[in-house]
Amino acid sequence: MKRSVTLSVNGTSHTLEVEPRTLLVHALRDDLNLTGTHIGCDTSQCGACTVHLDGKAVKSCTVLAVQAEGHEVTTIEGLNGGSPGELHPIQTAFWEKHGLQCGFCTPGLIMCAVDLLASNPRPSEDDIRHAIEGNLCRCTGYQHIVEAIRAAADAMRPIPAQA
Amino acid sequence: MTTLFGSGIKRREDPRFLTGRGSFVDDLKLPGLTYAAILRSPHAHARLKRVETAAAKAAPEVLAVYTGQDIKDKAGPVPCAWNVPNCDLKIPAHPLLAWEKVRYVGDGVAMVVATSRAAARDALELIEADYEPLPAVVSPEAATRPGAPALHPEVPNNIAFTWVVSGGDAEAAFRSAEVKVSQRIVQQRLLPNAMEARAAIASWNPGTGQLTLWSSSQNPHIHRFLCSVMLKLPEHKIRVISPDVGGGFGSKIPVYADEVLACFAAMALGRPVKWTEDRSENYQATIHGRDHVQYVELCGTKEGKITGLRTRVYAGLGAYASTAGPGVPTILHGLMYSGAYTIPNIHGTVYGVYTTTTPVDAYRGAGRPEATFLIERLVDLYAREIGTDPAELRRKNLIPRDKFPYTVATGISYDSGNYEAALDKALGLLDYKSFRTEQARARTGGRYLGVGVVCYTEICGLGPSQVAGAVGFGGGLYESAIVRVYPTGVVRVYVGSRPHGQGEETTFAQIVADEFGVPIETVEIVAGDTESTPQGWGTYGSRTTAVSGSAVKLAAGRVKEKVKKLAAHLLEASEGDLEWNDGRFSVKGSPDQGKSFGELALMANVAWNMPAGMEPGLEASAFFDPSNFVFPYGTHLSTVEVDAETGEVKVLRYIAVDDCGPQINPMIVRGQVQGGVVQGLGEALQEMAVYDEQGQLLTGTMMDYAVPRASQMPAIETAHTVTPSPVNPLGVKGIGEAGTIASAACLVNAVCDALAPLGIKHIDKPLTPARVWAAMQAARAAGGGGGTR
Repeated sequence: MKRSVTLSVNGTSHTLEVEPRTLLVHALRDDLNLTGTHIGCDTSQCGACTVHLDGKAVKSCTVLAVQAEGHEVTTIEGLNGGSPGELHPIQTAFWEKHGLQCGFCTPGLIMCAVDLLASNPRPSEDDIRHAIEGNLCRCTGYQHIVEAIRAAADAMRPIPAQA
Repeated sequence: MTTLFGSGIKRREDPRFLTGRGSFVDDLKLPGLTYAAILRSPHAHARLKRVETAAAKAAPEVLAVYTGQDIKDKAGPVPCAWNVPNCDLKIPAHPLLAWEKVRYVGDGVAMVVATSRAAARDALELIEADYEPLPAVVSPEAATRPGAPALHPEVPNNIAFTWVVSGGDAEAAFRSAEVKVSQRIVQQRLLPNAMEARAAIASWNPGTGQLTLWSSSQNPHIHRFLCSVMLKLPEHKIRVISPDVGGGFGSKIPVYADEVLACFAAMALGRPVKWTEDRSENYQATIHGRDHVQYVELCGTKEGKITGLRTRVYAGLGAYASTAGPGVPTILHGLMYSGAYTIPNIHGTVYGVYTTTTPVDAYRGAGRPEATFLIERLVDLYAREIGTDPAELRRKNLIPRDKFPYTVATGISYDSGNYEAALDKALGLLDYKSFRTEQARARTGGRYLGVGVVCYTEICGLGPSQVAGAVGFGGGLYESAIVRVYPTGVVRVYVGSRPHGQGEETTFAQIVADEFGVPIETVEIVAGDTESTPQGWGTYGSRTTAVSGSAVKLAAGRVKEKVKKLAAHLLEASEGDLEWNDGRFSVKGSPDQGKSFGELALMANVAWNMPAGMEPGLEASAFFDPSNFVFPYGTHLSTVEVDAETGEVKVLRYIAVDDCGPQINPMIVRGQVQGGVVQGLGEALQEMAVYDEQGQLLTGTMMDYAVPRASQMPAIETAHTVTPSPVNPLGVKGIGEAGTIASAACLVNAVCDALAPLGIKHIDKPLTPARVWAAMQAARAAGGGGGTR
């Protein structure tokens, strides 16, 4: 039995007919064709499906589409206002520091990192490693990802010049 | 113009992934798309008595349900493509769907196709399958014992093959040896865990008789070839497209039933069919790695010279021989028993064994980690036995730099190396002597510090096709490339390999941009579509840069030769009078008389004024078949502290010194090493696929299988030496697997070194706190270790 749900995704409102059991990640991928949000597991372990719900990182496989009604959903496609050709500083840092290899976990890690830097603009290496521990990457060994997030933190909040 | 070779430039493939615009198989949709789901056996071993599908067929949205009986005469079986010779290999047929017996949890029993993903899943619940359970056997060693449950009637004692490697006279060496050490080692079963599980879309065009399969594959050309056999469809009527691939680590080399079932259904229904594996399904239906029980021994002199090595290995193959399954524990494992050392006498026996488990095949390193581990553990045991420092014992036995090419006792020839230089560099980076002093001090305080040393070498860059044929590999191992230059001077390069994260869209473009003196932005690398790319054998075995990159280099060189001839013609000069500078041919001594690469590309493509006999256009292809494998090597060191109370292992430092020859892009090399090392540390510390005695996979989801997380892993320090390989025009070796091959052994060596005061010589990985604690408790109970608190 499908029901109607209105989702605000990347600033645009969409009304969808979904089964109540439909996961937000499936609504994003299958109904809205926002395929940058990936599925890497079925037990909320890998974080590949991380999106923002009202600015906070959530795993979109643990949210039902109907639960997202009334909230603002942001996916990787909508990061940085979705402006084509312009990268968010975290995306730039992942590029410059080689924070990705196969690229499958990357959108989820970037969405997680955006949330981290919003709440903790100057994270230590330990802070970063713990903040992203819910996002699995099998390629990089995490080191370049950690370096990328540190570099992004520096770029987004430059160290004040010494007086 | 500066050369790009050697420059750590940013990767050209990254922007699409950073912005969520990658194109993985499950991201794709086709008009009229349908969805498949597979019913899998919940039993490890059972007779399949009846499969009742009527209720599923009647369910809403369901288009078709297929059982093994429905398709056994129409398609399949799943082939094994590595028929290792001289070992009496027995390969039982693996049907696409079971119809008589199921032989592992996850063996396919039926397939549903429906108009939605959810409906297909729901309908699986409506299928009634009756099983008569049979006894299971999960250990490859136990499966060979008399009375063990038999999987296949044609395979006595479940032994698929008995493979022997021998060089020198190991028996005599052991008989007369001054020192002998031995160990039983379990190489636990691992799950590859590519972050993108497998997925397929099959589409059939009845008008042209053309089948298109989008598949997350490391080797689309091999999949086209094997699909042709399984579907009885001419190879040129099949197009396999492997778009962006979310990691493989070996698990996307094999051909599996599921993708072929999607093809079968697409042809039967006349509609495109998508199948997407979920993670729990991936743990059952996609290959596993390792799974050896090894009995190994080493002998040598009291002074520390190794004289012999012997092995008896039970290598689990799972329930069926997967695509490359038999080759992994034999050719890629046993031939490497000499490691980085001069070992004159070697004898190894490997039993390939069928068990009621998911098939085992190539997983990052594929046979070489299991070889490196046993050698490096034995060398440490030997050093401890004779009271010698393990680094110095290694130095004494390393193959000297002036002996290359060096033929080891197993018969293969190592291409090049300066092993001692890598060892020295690593020891220097750690300040090994200082660490030993610190360790001694810590021990007096009841703390357990240890250092692990590994000198590895590995066989990769697979390889000469003639050797592939001789060792029963069911294909060639060359690579090919087409370099096509358009009238505006931009370049596309089509390769038969299928990189999936290793960065060749960038490194291959670096090679070509250098060759033509053009901006890298004008060069694009195309891979993954059998329709546009020339024949290739895939990305695995750390072969893509060495073999496929060399084909690119040769093809680009041919284009350059043609351009030079055309330049000579247009400039009315002889080729010998031309010089090449900054992307331009000019007449020596008259630099303003010249033609740029772009001008020449235009002139070749319009063909208004060609030299006599020269064909129009500007493109070349090349096939590169290497004369030998390449053998990267290095020394890895790790230091650890083991918590005396809990057994928890803390990695203090990890230093990797690798030699993969000249590096096209050092940033990418660093990423490969870091990722590879962490994958091996996962193996050393926490990863293990566990079956219970009934053959149930207890580590059935990502909640149970411990893929390393960022908070659990250390930073890796990397350094390099550079020794070119003589076997390819780039001089390069592979680096994708090196980290994994070295790091598991390195970490276990470090922990065993830390626990030496307790008399602990070996603990099987993964070194979880529980295992280490148990070993410490047992050692203390046995009276080991005056240093305990």
